[in-house]
Amino acid sequence: MSTRHSMSPNGSLAIETEALVKTFGDTRAVDGIDLEVQPGSVYAVLGPNGAGKTTLIRVLATLLRPDAGTARVFGHDVVHDAPAVRRAVSLTGQFASVDEELTGRENLVLLARLLGFTREEAKERAAELLEAFGLTDAADRLVQQYSGGMRRRLDIAASIVVTPQLLFLDEPTTGLDPRSRNQVWEIVRAFVAGGTTVLLTTQYLEEADELADRIAIVDHGRVIAEGTSAELKARVGAGTVRVRLADPAQRAAAEQVLASALGVAPESRPDGAVLTVPAVDPARVPIALAELHGAGIDVGEFRTGSPSLDEVFLALTGHPAEVATKETTG
Amino acid sequence: MIVTQPEPAISATALQAALSTRSRPAVTTGWGASTAFAWRAMLKIRHVPMQLFDVTAFPIMFVLLYTYLFGGALAGSPSAYLQELLPGILVMTVSWITMYTGQALNTDISRGVFDRFRSLPIWRPAVLVGMLLADGVRYTMAAVVILVVGLALGFRPDGGPVGVVLAVALLLVFAFGISWAWSLIGLRMPTPEAVLHVAMTVLFPLTFASNVFVDPATMPGWVQAFVKVNPVSHLATAARGLMHGTGVGSEIGWVLLWSAGFVVVFAPLTMRAYNEER
Repeated sequence: MSTRHSMSPNGSLAIETEALVKTFGDTRAVDGIDLEVQPGSVYAVLGPNGAGKTTLIRVLATLLRPDAGTARVFGHDVVHDAPAVRRAVSLTGQFASVDEELTGRENLVLLARLLGFTREEAKERAAELLEAFGLTDAADRLVQQYSGGMRRRLDIAASIVVTPQLLFLDEPTTGLDPRSRNQVWEIVRAFVAGGTTVLLTTQYLEEADELADRIAIVDHGRVIAEGTSAELKARVGAGTVRVRLADPAQRAAAEQVLASALGVAPESRPDGAVLTVPAVDPARVPIALAELHGAGIDVGEFRTGSPSLDEVFLALTGHPAEVATKETTG
Repeated sequence: MIVTQPEPAISATALQAALSTRSRPAVTTGWGASTAFAWRAMLKIRHVPMQLFDVTAFPIMFVLLYTYLFGGALAGSPSAYLQELLPGILVMTVSWITMYTGQALNTDISRGVFDRFRSLPIWRPAVLVGMLLADGVRYTMAAVVILVVGLALGFRPDGGPVGVVLAVALLLVFAFGISWAWSLIGLRMPTPEAVLHVAMTVLFPLTFASNVFVDPATMPGWVQAFVKVNPVSHLATAARGLMHGTGVGSEIGWVLLWSAGFVVVFAPLTMRAYNEER
C-alpha cells in the first residue's frame, strides 16, 4: 500500500499491526489482522458484535497480549514496550471506564493525579474538562446517577485529562440516544481538528461514514474490506432502495421491474408490501421509479438510504452479519 | 435516580481548548500514584459510610462478648481478663478485618474502570498498594474503637500512650503484610463470597489457635507447637508487652519478619495475578 512509507513527523504510523492474532480457547477473536493507521486520522473498525473489535482495541491498549503477529503504536511494540504505548494512548472502553462510585469531578481529579498533576492543577484540569464537556452542573453527583450520554462524555473527558496521541473509543455511541450520539460525534471531530489520532469501533456504517477517514470492516476476527468510505461504498453500492407497494398483490411484478432497472435483485422476503434492494447504483434509482410508474405499479413510499451494516456484509461476503451470542470475546 | 436535565451545548472551541491547554506533566511517582488510589478508597468510604460497619460495630461486639462471656470463667473477673485480653482482641479483630481487603478487590477489579487504570502509564502495583494504604486507615479506626471501648470497660495499659501507639503501629505493619495474601486470593477467586470463605478458613485457626484468648499451657503438645510459631501469637505477645510496658523480647522481630515474609511471598504473586489478562 502506498501509505506504508508516508510517515508522521516522528517517523512512524499511529498504529501498525501485522498478522495480529488473539485467541480465547478455541475462538480466534482476532485472526490475522493487518492495520495501518496514519497519525492525525480517524480510523473506524466496523463490524457486528463478536467480530473481534473490542479484543483488537484491548490488545492495542496493552490490556491483552497477542498470541501471534505484532502490533506497534507510534513505533512502540505493545508487548515489549508497553509502558511507552501506555504513555501515548487513552482508552474509553465499551462499558463505562469511569468509577461509578465517585462523582464526575472526583473521577477526573483522580486521573489527573495519577497522570502527574499536582493537587491544585488536578482540580483546575477537572474543572476545565467538566466545563468543556457540559458536566459542570453534575460535577459533584455520583456517576451512577448520570444518564448514558453524561457518562459517555465523562468517560471521554477522562481519556483526555492528558491529551493522548492516540485515543481508543470502543463503540462510543452504542446505546446512546440520537442527541447524545451527535454530541459524541462533535467531540470526536473536535479532537481530530486538534490533531489527535482516533481509533473507534462501531456497529454503525453511518457512524464510520460520518467520522472516519478510513474504515476496516471486520468479521470473525478478520478484515474483510478496508478503505475510505467512498471506496467501500463503491464496492457495496451507494445504498438501499426501499419500496412500499400500495397493493401487495403487485409484488411479483414490482420485483421484476426493480431487478431489471437496478440490476440487483430485491432481497427475498416473505410476501408483503415492502421490497428492499441492496447495493444500488444511485444513477439508476430514477430509472427504477420511472419504470415502476410505467408498469402501472402503485408505489406508496419510495426511499433510498445508506446501506446498513447487514447490507454491507451481504454485499461483501454474501452472508448477513452473524451476531455472536456474547460480546465478551468480541 | 437518573439525573435528567437539558443536555448543554458542547462547543467545539471549548473542547479544542480543553485538549490543548496543558503540556503533559512528568510521569507520577509510584508513591504519588499509590496515594491517589488510597484517596479513591477514602472517597468511597465518604460516599457510603456504611462500609465502616465492619471496623466499628464488629470490634465493639467482639470486645463486649469476649470480656463478659469468658472473663469471669478464665480470669476470675471481666476486668482482670480485660487487661490480658484487650491487646489480643485488638490483634484478632484487625486480623479478621484484613480479609475484606480481598473481598473489596475482587468486586472492584471486575469493573470497567480497571481497564483504564491498567492502561495508564503508572507504577503497576500502585492500585493495590493504594488500596492497602487506605485499609490502613480502616484498621486504625478499628483499633481506636477497640481501645476506646476497652478503656471505658476498665482496660489500663501500663505502657502508656507510647506503648499503645507502638502496639497499634506493629499491628498495622502485620495487617499490611497479611493483606497481600488476601489480595492474591481476591484476584484468584471467582466471587467475593469465595474470597471470604478461603480467608475465614485460614483466619479461624490462625486467630483461635494462638495465645489471644488463653494461656496455651493447657493445650495438647501439637497445638502448643502451632501456637508457638503462629504469627498471631507473636503479635499478641508483642502488643501486650508494648501496651503494658513489660518486655517484648524478640517478639517484635518475629512479627516484622512474618510481615516481611508475607510481602515477599504474596506481593509478587499478587502482581502476577493482577497483570494477567482478564
